[in-house]
Amino acid sequence: MADPHGKIDRRQFVQEGIRLSGAIGLAGYLGFLAGSKGHAEKLVWQLDPAKCIACGNCATYCVLDESAVKCVQNFAMCGYCERCTGYFELDAPNLDSGAENQLCPTGAIARALIEDPYHEYTIDEKLCIGCGKCVKGCSTFGNGSLQLQVRHDRCKNCNQCAIAVACPSRAFLRVPASDPYLLKQRNLTG
Amino acid sequence: MSHWSLVIGPSSLVRGPVWVLSCLVLLLAVLPAAAVERFRPPDFTEHKLPETTTPEPPAPFWDYVDLGYLAVALGLATHLALVRRSRRGLLALSVISLAWLGFRRDGCICPIGAIQNVAEAVANPNYVMPFSVVAFFALPILVALFFGRTFCAAVCPLGAVQELVAVRPLRTPRWLDHCLGLLPYVYLGAAVVFATTGTGEDRAPYVICKYDPFVGFFRLSASATMLALGLGFLVLGLFVGRPYCRYLCPYGAILKLCSRVSKRHVRIPPEECIKCKLCEDACPYGAILEPTVEQSPRERLRGRRRLAILLAVFPLVVAVGAVLGHFTGVALSRVHPQAALAELVAKDDPGDVQADIDKIEAFRNTRRPPEELYAKARALHEQFAYAGAWLGGWIGLVVGVKLVHLSVRRRRDEYQPDRGNCVSCGRCFWYCPEEQVRAGLITVAQPPSAVQASSRAEPTSDASNTAEGGCATK
Repeated sequence: MADPHGKIDRRQFVQEGIRLSGAIGLAGYLGFLAGSKGHAEKLVWQLDPAKCIACGNCATYCVLDESAVKCVQNFAMCGYCERCTGYFELDAPNLDSGAENQLCPTGAIARALIEDPYHEYTIDEKLCIGCGKCVKGCSTFGNGSLQLQVRHDRCKNCNQCAIAVACPSRAFLRVPASDPYLLKQRNLTG
Repeated sequence: MSHWSLVIGPSSLVRGPVWVLSCLVLLLAVLPAAAVERFRPPDFTEHKLPETTTPEPPAPFWDYVDLGYLAVALGLATHLALVRRSRRGLLALSVISLAWLGFRRDGCICPIGAIQNVAEAVANPNYVMPFSVVAFFALPILVALFFGRTFCAAVCPLGAVQELVAVRPLRTPRWLDHCLGLLPYVYLGAAVVFATTGTGEDRAPYVICKYDPFVGFFRLSASATMLALGLGFLVLGLFVGRPYCRYLCPYGAILKLCSRVSKRHVRIPPEECIKCKLCEDACPYGAILEPTVEQSPRERLRGRRRLAILLAVFPLVVAVGAVLGHFTGVALSRVHPQAALAELVAKDDPGDVQADIDKIEAFRNTRRPPEELYAKARALHEQFAYAGAWLGGWIGLVVGVKLVHLSVRRRRDEYQPDRGNCVSCGRCFWYCPEEQVRAGLITVAQPPSAVQASSRAEPTSDASNTAEGGCATK
């Protein structure tokens, strides 16, 4: 305690010294952080489908029980194939169009005939687990219109995305929240 | 003719032996997943293409709401603890913080995890982070420097959930409390080492976030292991007050240091301590220091000698820690995903673990040369040997400071909160008879001097006894 003359003892002096230097150090460090590392815009996680190899980590490494990564269909890119390699298993025992040949483990892709021979493949996001099996089929044999994306209505925007740490092709990055999707677009030159 | 047979060839091939197809699959599976237009998208005249939905992330506005909440709640908690001295108020604020920052906002971002962001920012030249993260990290530290750990008292959702379950706290033996109390500093050092080593193109592993035991509850979704860990901490928290805060929380370690030099801090009695020991019994966190007894000259001499030896040994402890830490480089590097992957790929024997088989296959599919990965792993081993030496030195420093701190004696005439360990929860003054008199809950039937005398003569451990002895309940 301070004595009546306003003097402070040695311990108080040391404490005030540490407090002051702590506050100054913190302020300096924060100034450095805000100046050189600060980012005014909110950043969110997204994966670049051009780098994605559909390894399946998105389904298992997300901290959520049901991954925030889901498959999305870019309809403008889709060839509307009759036999979609994202929809049917390649080495199915009988190559008819039956449900038993479906690639998706949860049956999340719906197939509808638009006009012969074009079929539309739509993803039921509630069923999709983000395993990327269809993405692998579509990008190796088809146009690559099926692609994995972080769905921002589900993503918790963790401090460090657990899938990003586990991603073998380093496809995860932070993107501005104002433009949070990295969908592959139709390649008109190729 | 279907599109399918156009690519693969005649339909007879499709129906042919499975191995032909498998070879094709293997051949094509290694191709990069570039956007190649193999089938021209049809131009429908009548059918309208559906839109690909792109749900928006929560508005950035909410981050600033959180920041505002943090600032207001910190101010309010400090006011409730230091000025109003209201345990009920602090408890109510805890519940609100738990509901808002925990369950509503999913516990992210929090100052505890922000340690790693501010650490990585130094090591990673390409790293950027929102200003709100910097502010989240700084505000509670600033408050702790001046008013103690009021953040822990009623703002942190992790603290709040443990505060609410601490119903039957047992006293941790002093020696165990001191030993386990070193863990937060070790955890802090390790988290900083992992966040700053092997960054750049690869993601640094954020161990604090990965092993946050309660965030799974807040989100009501997590792996079974993490939910079990969280449940374990809550069950333990019934009997050991705030186990995560006291024995693990790395941000708590920083706040502890700041709180020790805080300008103001909660006081137990409003005016004068009557040494009734009720506060010590009420504190579930073992954070009350009792008044010291006078030492004999011989004891004092022994104490001084012990302190001198410890101070002499101090640099040696740090050096030994650093040397031992240097050898942990390879073990530490396994936390880094790239080093762990390199080991798996080099061994090339995944065994029966499906996750390992998948990891090796995923790496092969990236078509990165394994040599590049091995070089990366070797670099990581070196980096972690260096970082391990720092970590070992840090642990040596922590142990040394603890030993010195334990052998420095300070005179105390009254019961005081241990400024480092006290989380300003308010139980101690809630139980303090002097405080109850101040609050008008009980009235003094005898002059205060007589109350003091009777309490000194026979320290009681029950509030009702004290009330009968000197006061009448209102």
